[in-house]
Amino acid sequence: MKLKVDPHMIEIVILMFSCLAIASTITSFLKKRVKEGKWSLIIKNLNMHIKSWWFMCVIFILMLISKRICSSLLFLLLSFMALREYMTISITKRTDHRTLFWAFFVIPPLHYYYLYTSWYGMFSIFIPVYAFIFLPARNVITGDCDRFLERNSEIQWGLMLCVYCVSYAPALLTLKIPGYEGQSTKLLFFIACVSQTSDVLQYVFDTLIGKHQIARKVSPNKTIEGFLGGVICATLVGTLMSGITPFSMLQSAGFSFLITLSGFFGNLTFAAIKRDRGIKDSGSIIQGHGGILDRIGSLCFSAPLFFHLVRHFFIQ
Amino acid sequence: MIGYILCFFTKLVCGLTTRWIGCEPSQKQRVYFANHTSHLDFLVIWTSLPREIRKNVRPVAAKDYWGKGILRKYLSSKIIKAVLIDRDKTALKDKDKNPLNKMVRALEENSSLIIFPEGTRCNGDKINNFKSGLYHLIKKYPQAEFVPVYIENLNRIFPKGEFYFIPILGSVTFGTPIYLKEDELKKDFLNRARQSIEEISQQL
Repeated sequence: MKLKVDPHMIEIVILMFSCLAIASTITSFLKKRVKEGKWSLIIKNLNMHIKSWWFMCVIFILMLISKRICSSLLFLLLSFMALREYMTISITKRTDHRTLFWAFFVIPPLHYYYLYTSWYGMFSIFIPVYAFIFLPARNVITGDCDRFLERNSEIQWGLMLCVYCVSYAPALLTLKIPGYEGQSTKLLFFIACVSQTSDVLQYVFDTLIGKHQIARKVSPNKTIEGFLGGVICATLVGTLMSGITPFSMLQSAGFSFLITLSGFFGNLTFAAIKRDRGIKDSGSIIQGHGGILDRIGSLCFSAPLFFHLVRHFFIQ
Repeated sequence: MIGYILCFFTKLVCGLTTRWIGCEPSQKQRVYFANHTSHLDFLVIWTSLPREIRKNVRPVAAKDYWGKGILRKYLSSKIIKAVLIDRDKTALKDKDKNPLNKMVRALEENSSLIIFPEGTRCNGDKINNFKSGLYHLIKKYPQAEFVPVYIENLNRIFPKGEFYFIPILGSVTFGTPIYLKEDELKKDFLNRARQSIEEISQQL
C-alpha cells in the first residue's frame, strides 16, 4: 500500500491528540472539584464534547491512512445510527415497513458508494432525485393513504438530513482544488473545528452571560449573547486557521461565519424536530450512545453549503 | 458462548435500552409478563436481563413457531431453554401437554418465567385483553413475584408477517411487581395486570 500522507495533517493530529489529552485531564480534574453552579454545567457539556472529539480524532487518523474507503464507511455508519434515532422518534406506520427497509439498507450504502467512487453527478442527485421518486412509489403500492404525505415526507427528510447532508463532510475530501491537491482532509478539519468551537462557545456564553432568549419557543436556553459570542469567536478561530486552508484570511473569515451561522440554524432545526416529538434530547430516550442526532445538527446544515461554495468558487 | 452471541445480536438489531423503574434485577423467582408484538419479544426480555439472572429464566414460547426448523429448535431448547407450549385446544386435555402444567412444573424446578398473557402477537397500538393463563398461574404459584414488562417498538422493528427487520431502537422496561389480592376475581386481576403494563408505557 502506498501511503500519501499530508505532512501538515500529521502535525495537526499530533497537536490534536495532545490538546485533547490535556483537555481531558483538566475537565476530569475539574469535574470532581466543581459540583455546583454554572461552571459545573459547562464542564459537563465540555466533557461530553471532548468524548466526541476523541472519536473524531480517531476518524481523522483512519482517514489519513486510507482516505476514501475509511471515511465512506465511517460516515455511512454515522448516518445509519443517526437515521436509526430519527426513525425511532418519527411516526411510522406498519405499512411503511418495506419502504423503510429500502431507506435503511439500500439507499444509504448506495449513496456512500457513489461517494467512494467519486461519481459526483450521481452522489449529488441520488437521494434528492432517485430516492425521492422511488420511495413514495414503493410506498404507494401498499395502498395505505392514511397520512400519506406526512409519512413519505418524514422518510425523505430523514434521508436528506441523516444521510445526504451528513455525507457532504466526507465529500470534502473529494474536492480537487488546484494547488491544494491531496490536502483536502484539512478542509474537513477546518469545518469540524469551526463548527465545534461555535457549538461549545455558544453553550458557554449562554450559560455565563446569556440574558435575552433568541428562540424562546424552540430552544429556551439559546440566547442572543451566546449566539453572538459563539459566532464571533468561532469566526476568529476559523480566520486564524486560514494557514491550513487554500483560502485567504478574508475568505476564511467568510466561510467560518457561514459555517457558524448555518450550524446555528441546523441545531435549531433539530431542536424543533425533537420538540415536535416531545423529546428534549435524544439521549434521554436512547440511552447508551448519547444521542447522535444531538451532535450532527450543525454539521448537517454547514457541510453541504461549505462544500458547494468551495466547489463553485475554487474549482474551475 | 452462543447465548452471548445471541444477546449481542439482539442488542445490535433492536438497539435495546433497558430500564428498571419498578424493581431491581434480582435472583428472586419471578414471572415476567409482557405485551407481545413480535417473535423476538422473549429474546429481547431474556437479553435485557443481567447474565447471572438470565441463566435461570425460561421464556414460554409457542411450539408451532419455536419448535420448528433446526436453528430455531436448537436455540429455543439448548440455548434459551424455552418452555415450549402447544397452542391448539387438544393440548388442554392432555395432562403432560397442558401449558399451565408445563409452566408450573418449570416454576417448581425453581426457574423464573417470561410469559405473554395476550396469547398472540398484536399490532402494538394497544394491549389486548389477557388470557386467563396468568390468573391460573398466580393462583397455583403465588410465591413468585409477577413483574410487568413493557416492550416498546418491537412491533416496528419486526412486525407480524414480515420477513426482515428494520433497525429502529427498542426498549424494555420493568415495572412494579403485582400480587393477587384476596378474593380477587379473575376478570379484575387480569385487568389490573394489563393496566400495570399500560401504566409503564404512560410513564415513559
